[in-house]
Amino acid sequence: MAQMNLLHAINNALDIAMAENDRAVCFGEDVGHFGGVFRATSGLQDKYGKTRCFNTPLVEQGIIGFANGLAAQGSVAIAEIQFADYIFPAFDQIVNESAKFRYRSGNEFNVGKLTIRTPYGGGIAGGLYHSQSPEAYFAHTPGLKVVVPRNPYQAKGLLLASIRDDNPVVFFEPKRLYRASVGEVPEEDYQLPLGKAEVVQTGTDITLLAWGAQMEIIEKAAKMAEADDISCEVVDLRTILPWDIETVCQSVMKTGRLLVSQEAPLTAGFASEIAATVQNECFLHLESPIARVCGLDTPYPLALEKEYMSDHLKVYEAIKKSVNY
Amino acid sequence: MTTELYNDGTVVHAPTFIDGSSIDIPELRILHQDGSVYPDADMPDIDETLAIKIYKTLAFHRVLDERMVASQRQGRLSFYMAALGEEATTVGGAAGLEPQDMIMGQYREQGALMFRGFSLENFMNQLFSNEKDLGKGRQMPIHYGSNELNYMTISSPLGTQIPQATGYAYGQKLQGLDAVTLCYFGEGAASEGDFHAGLNMAAVQQAPVIFFCRNNGYAISTPSDEQYKGNGIASRGVGYGIKTLRIDGNDILAVLKAMQIARAYALKENAPVLIEAMSYRLGAHSTSDDPSGYRTREEEEKWQANDPILRMKNWLLAQNWWDEEQDTVLFEGLREEVLAAVKVSEKINKPHIDTMITDVYDTPTAQLQQQLDEVKAHVNKYPEAYPFTAGKF
Repeated sequence: MAQMNLLHAINNALDIAMAENDRAVCFGEDVGHFGGVFRATSGLQDKYGKTRCFNTPLVEQGIIGFANGLAAQGSVAIAEIQFADYIFPAFDQIVNESAKFRYRSGNEFNVGKLTIRTPYGGGIAGGLYHSQSPEAYFAHTPGLKVVVPRNPYQAKGLLLASIRDDNPVVFFEPKRLYRASVGEVPEEDYQLPLGKAEVVQTGTDITLLAWGAQMEIIEKAAKMAEADDISCEVVDLRTILPWDIETVCQSVMKTGRLLVSQEAPLTAGFASEIAATVQNECFLHLESPIARVCGLDTPYPLALEKEYMSDHLKVYEAIKKSVNY
Repeated sequence: MTTELYNDGTVVHAPTFIDGSSIDIPELRILHQDGSVYPDADMPDIDETLAIKIYKTLAFHRVLDERMVASQRQGRLSFYMAALGEEATTVGGAAGLEPQDMIMGQYREQGALMFRGFSLENFMNQLFSNEKDLGKGRQMPIHYGSNELNYMTISSPLGTQIPQATGYAYGQKLQGLDAVTLCYFGEGAASEGDFHAGLNMAAVQQAPVIFFCRNNGYAISTPSDEQYKGNGIASRGVGYGIKTLRIDGNDILAVLKAMQIARAYALKENAPVLIEAMSYRLGAHSTSDDPSGYRTREEEEKWQANDPILRMKNWLLAQNWWDEEQDTVLFEGLREEVLAAVKVSEKINKPHIDTMITDVYDTPTAQLQQQLDEVKAHVNKYPEAYPFTAGKF
């Protein structure tokens, strides 16, 4: 196995997808010769030519509109939005078009072969417009799949699964980990299942649930809690939509407690949806209220980023509060 | 990778504005209203068989629109959108394409679908959202679509199909197909961001797409001079570096000619074309709208004199390819057929309740299945409240 950082793993997945199918096309702002501002598409234009890996004009609604048409035509469309913060100009094309293409046409047409990749999240001193986690907006839209990997191994396997899945997928890449997270990644082809959470660490006292870059935070908090003899079960949701209710609820029924941590603001984030479902499914098993450790209900700040973020210390305190409720 | 900013144009040493009126955009017209042809006109490729097919499609279009607007007024149909006065833009457009070309419409382009052979029954099943509707009764009336006929299902949000057409055409090019994409929209939709996104990307990405603006004078109640400034929509094509044609949209031969040369150019050069067809929406925007509130009878009468179907009929008569008796028989026959079809289609069952959760994803998720099971149990408990579905699953 090779050592790869998260960007290499994504680049490797794109390379495999483009090699296996000459109808796979990668495009977005600066993704051509330059390889994307984070270099996720490095080398792909050299290898597959300018018709299959290219720069687009600076127009997010155009990129996704184009991608919808390309996917409807039968090509494998892999579109990059340079930052998840800039996905909103394309919101109509994603929410009203990609998500509803199959349903509204009675399956006469679909855009199943569409994958939208976009870097998300904070911790990089990016301020209001380079730090957001907009997954909840898309989780409210039937017809989309929403996927967030936590490390290079997950990124490659989940991205290949997303590209090959017959539904439009929004794939959020934790940009804080692009170069920071390095791990063993098989060079050969493999996939990880969509819609399936992963129990990363088993435990008995409380279930800690997160996705993407926030996984590192809850794992660190779990280690701190272990020193206090608190046994945490750590679960990575991996797919936000459709989410794995079964795995999460089985874990909560075992531990009797749930803490969900997300980078996005507290109100109406995906943690809220999880809390509502879990209290419905697991009401009589709960030993304490479901805890949410999230960003504040403000735009993402620059100077006070550390205070704003849901970090391991905030999670650690919330674990103790739940266990001692 | 290089960027060249300087061009070889005129250099001046005093500021000189360029404005829309300084761009002379010619308008292609082949037919007079009386059916005679301009003597120097460059005729489209058309023979008697094609001409009669086009005319019969126009007649079907007009009769269907008349009857369905009447059905809506009688409360048999929830909604309808007629294309009175601008039928030539869509029927003539489709007639200039090949069957393998994709057509993406805005919503008022049923004429193109008719030309391709979407049956009266197919139209009716969609309008009455019954279980035989290809779209499974999920969208409002007039949101037609057919994979078999390469006609993309209509979507309500305005202009979204414009960048999609660019992507679709790019995919056709990647595969080396002998096919282009035709994208229809109105002059109102050309104000949406998607218009600018789609045209710019088509020009830069070199996609064989034909953008066809039906400039019919009104976006619901907003007249075109409150919709845009500058020299119509055509001048924007020029701005994006796209080959552009302006035509008389009520002149079927001009529409056909423009489409034939646009298709040949788009395919050969892998490049987009913009056509702006000057026409007029003689009817209401939809059955929910009353145009007497925002425009004059005089204006409407002026445009009635430009009736595109009458203009084509006059031409057919002059060719001795058609006569008045045939015309009467055609229209009367169509009226009877449409009325009979309404009676059949409105009685067909609504779609099965299971279609509530299909096609959201390629296969329904466990959560969707659970939600459907709950709805079914509820319907069974209160069957009288849900007469369409009770007892049918």
